[in-house]
Amino acid sequence: MLWLLGRVGGVALLAACLMGISVWLTNNIETYYFLVLIQCGIAAVLAVSLNLINGITGQFSIGHAGFYAVGAYVGASWTMLWRPQLADNWPWLATGNLSGDILNLLIALVLGSLAAALTGVVVGTPSLRLRGDYLAILTLGFGEVIRVVLLNIDAVGGARGLAGIPTLVSSGNLAAFWVFGLLIAVTTLTRNLMRSTRGLTWLAVREDEVASDAMGVDTTRVKVTAFVVGSGFAGAAGVLYAHFFTGISPDIFGMDVSIMITTMVVLAGTGSVTGAIIAGMTLTALPEALRFLKDYKEYRMVLFSTALIVMMLTRPQGILGHAELGFGSFVRLANRFRRKERGSAA
Amino acid sequence: MQSFLQQAVFGIQLGSLYALIAIGYTLVYGVLRLINFAHGDVFMVGAFVCYYACTRWLPFRDLSADPSAATSNIALAALVLVMAMCVCAALGVLIERFAYRPLRNGLGVADAHFWGLVAALPFALSMGKLTQVVPLAAWLAIGVIFGYTLRPVVRWIARRSVRTTSRLNALITAIGVSFVLEYGGLLVVGADPNFVPNVVPEKVYQLPGGVRIGTAQLAILAVALLLMAILRYIVVYTRRGKAMRAIAHDIEAAKLMGIDTDRVISFTFALGGALAGAGGALVAALTHVKITPLFGLLPGIKAFVAAVLGGPGSIPGAVLGGLLMGVAEAFVAGSQYSAFRDAIAFCILIVLLLVRPAGLLGRHVAEKV
Amino acid sequence: MKRVVNAAWAVLFMSAALTLLGGCKKEATTGGQEASEIIVGEYASLTGTTATFGNSTHRGVQMAIDDANAAGGVNGRKLKLVTEDNQSKPDIARTVVTRLITQEKAVAILGEVASTRSMAAAPVCQQYKVPMISPSSTNPAVTDAGDYIFRVCFTDDFQAAVVANFAFDQGYRKVAVFKDIKNDYSVAFAANFAAEIKRLGGSVVAEQFFQEGDTDFKAQLITLAAAKPDAVLVPGYYSEVGTIARQAREVGLKAPLLGGDGWDSPKLVPGAGGAGGALEGCFFSNHYFSSELKEEVTQSFLAAFKKKYSVDPDALAALGYDAARLFVDALKRAGSTEGPKLRDAIAATKDFPGVTGKITLDAKRNARKAALILQVQGDKFRVFKSYTPEQIGQ
Repeated sequence: MLWLLGRVGGVALLAACLMGISVWLTNNIETYYFLVLIQCGIAAVLAVSLNLINGITGQFSIGHAGFYAVGAYVGASWTMLWRPQLADNWPWLATGNLSGDILNLLIALVLGSLAAALTGVVVGTPSLRLRGDYLAILTLGFGEVIRVVLLNIDAVGGARGLAGIPTLVSSGNLAAFWVFGLLIAVTTLTRNLMRSTRGLTWLAVREDEVASDAMGVDTTRVKVTAFVVGSGFAGAAGVLYAHFFTGISPDIFGMDVSIMITTMVVLAGTGSVTGAIIAGMTLTALPEALRFLKDYKEYRMVLFSTALIVMMLTRPQGILGHAELGFGSFVRLANRFRRKERGSAA
Repeated sequence: MQSFLQQAVFGIQLGSLYALIAIGYTLVYGVLRLINFAHGDVFMVGAFVCYYACTRWLPFRDLSADPSAATSNIALAALVLVMAMCVCAALGVLIERFAYRPLRNGLGVADAHFWGLVAALPFALSMGKLTQVVPLAAWLAIGVIFGYTLRPVVRWIARRSVRTTSRLNALITAIGVSFVLEYGGLLVVGADPNFVPNVVPEKVYQLPGGVRIGTAQLAILAVALLLMAILRYIVVYTRRGKAMRAIAHDIEAAKLMGIDTDRVISFTFALGGALAGAGGALVAALTHVKITPLFGLLPGIKAFVAAVLGGPGSIPGAVLGGLLMGVAEAFVAGSQYSAFRDAIAFCILIVLLLVRPAGLLGRHVAEKV
Repeated sequence: MKRVVNAAWAVLFMSAALTLLGGCKKEATTGGQEASEIIVGEYASLTGTTATFGNSTHRGVQMAIDDANAAGGVNGRKLKLVTEDNQSKPDIARTVVTRLITQEKAVAILGEVASTRSMAAAPVCQQYKVPMISPSSTNPAVTDAGDYIFRVCFTDDFQAAVVANFAFDQGYRKVAVFKDIKNDYSVAFAANFAAEIKRLGGSVVAEQFFQEGDTDFKAQLITLAAAKPDAVLVPGYYSEVGTIARQAREVGLKAPLLGGDGWDSPKLVPGAGGAGGALEGCFFSNHYFSSELKEEVTQSFLAAFKKKYSVDPDALAALGYDAARLFVDALKRAGSTEGPKLRDAIAATKDFPGVTGKITLDAKRNARKAALILQVQGDKFRVFKSYTPEQIGQ
């Protein structure tokens, strides 16, 4: 009983710390840097959630933006379309005050990630019987289908999308809390999973699907579960995006976004969680950091793609490979340097 | 009924274009098991070759001013087609040599220099036109320096890397090549849309049953059929074609039988590139669509879907898949659900893959353990 | 023990990160009054899917700012245009506008073409009380973001109503609509047009969709032709219209095509097969801007633009030019770069002689100006008719 109390207390403490940091950040850093920070956080969530599918379970999904879109649209629909109807009867659903905002955001998060996860089931169950390239094309196609369907739903604005979504995420200066809270949640989940027996079956599917099948792993189930969990988190990221940037339209969730998320995962090292976070943040912040290269704006994509190709040709497993970058690796690095120094002295 | 027939005619014309591009995908997939994501961009380059040939390089005469120019223009148009095919075949070989071959054999000195040159290209372009001496020299210099610095870095990284190339890596490399072509194209020609002027006389024939068919459509159909026939001859009846089929069957065994696989793979890319180039030139000159550096993306993806539909690796499958896609698209676009036109391709694909995972004409290969 | 070490590292790492972030600290705004140059911010889609429109607008804006500087600047101070690329993405639009206001200390923001991106950035400008002038976002909701958001173009509903009235006046009772499902401008135009023409007593007999990037429109056009319309409305951009017109003629759809200001470009006629091609005699509505007009500002703009960029300007360039000039004019009148004063000066704009017509900003901060109906003749456009807001009851 005590350990449970400890765990809950620990999480609460962490949340409180994060809230404090979030408020401090909002008040103390430039809004522009803050916006970039939030974008980085959302990209990192997307990368880590796709890493669950592509990196840890070894599948080949390149349509992640579709689930991101489903989450964003369902979450925004709750806040913009469904909530106002219900708020007439249940006044506690009103927004504008802090508790109401948090409550509504939580509802939107739950609905958005559930909807994305459900879409994950619908897409994953049949398509995960396929392997490799086929799955890739199917997910890519599916992302496109979602985009076309969204374009044709008038209730969510068609091509115009939904604009003027209340900024529930920023309410009470908690934006960083929500985004990085979600990032911590998905990271912790992945980390704990990889240390559990269940996680081992996921890794087994990545390493050799046929062998793990022969060893009695229900490979289809593992793959679908990974797909559903990954999609759910992408959906949650979508909800946060919609309620922070206040406007969504189908072209935000195009094929280029899917490809970018896939690139983040591959570049970092398929299977490395910290790598995915770093790659997600770097690839989002880099264009902003390179803004001073004004006249070279067209060149940055050429340079980026060249770097990508050379990277793939020289280090196929990505920057980190399967390795994780933790505090431990700093210690190891420091030790190595120390040893080297000692070696040169002697 | 009339519009049904009419839509079918358009569908077949559209489908024959998809088939032309799809063959390139299927050839490459057959020999390398690689989705050549950049193939759609090769198609785009074909369209641009056509555009520049029609507006700058070749002495086309203005038809509206001088109707007697028709014959010479048609002859020149045939030349444009050949030019587009040659350029795109060369591009296909180049892509294979510097992007996909290092995936199999590792990054060599020449590759490092090549990518150094590509990376240096933007700097040279920022200095002005590459045809001038100074930017050209600067480009070569920076590129060589890039290549030299790249080499040790590459070797250093490669020593710490495991040489396991997964399909995901190959796909990301292909996406990288696609980006290079698209954004490189944006650098060179800009984002403004371009249109190929009228170079050949066009007429519309009224067929019995109220069906209208234009010379443009007939030309597209005829050229597509001709090229497919030539391709079939090459693949089925020549030694090279036999080697290609052998590699598709089992690349290791083909190597053991003394087939120079690298060369045959290059040849495969050349064939695919030539077909895509022809497709690009036909689209640009005869459907009068706007051409921009990004315009290969959508036709490319649709053609790829067509290739998967027919069963990747199977050439008749690609043709069948292309035609099926074209006709399906024409009927959806002509119905009241035209907004779902782009989704239909993927819907067909999803359903088909679930029923017949190897595609319409593909062979299902059991995985060897 | 390991956990304690890890936790210690975590704390260390976190504090390092926070210190780093603390470097990006908010500075107390000094107002920037002492600075010698007045910073004007512009955000535009210089790369990405709508790069061609963003670049065109940017040329117009740049030219207006250069003109103002050549004339000695404003109140003795030079203007400096800082342009940020938003890669055709709304979230980046919001980020760069925040950057322009907080980092570059821009006194006003010019942009964007696409309504989705204007709507993403407008709340930021409103929040910081920095006026924003959109050159060509026609969605009515753009200026609803607040009293600091203006535009120099007319709105979708006005333009669509003009085209509907014109169609009706021409005797086109049965109109077919062919719209770009991916483009909100096109969809809104079509919807407003349909509402107005129904109100007048006409009807929309068929409706089909295309998507930017399609290579073949014939299938849809056959279906439209089967409905035998008097005219076909193709709200969209010039980049597609030419191809659509040619393919329409090919499938035997002879009815005239109608369109909006998205058609205006020197590339419209070449795209339709050159002079006397598929668009001959078709109509589109446009701002008060045409080579035929003898207005001095318009003529000198056309000549100067051609000289500077060696291409003919399109409507987007003209609107960008007007937006920037209107701002410069307001800045002169305000005599100050403070947001509220600048806002009031912009809001008070009346009968400003823009190259796209006399601009008066109404209470909803939209430009009120007449719309022209132009007809394609050869490779030129001819003014066919003109509609003022009053004429169509707005």
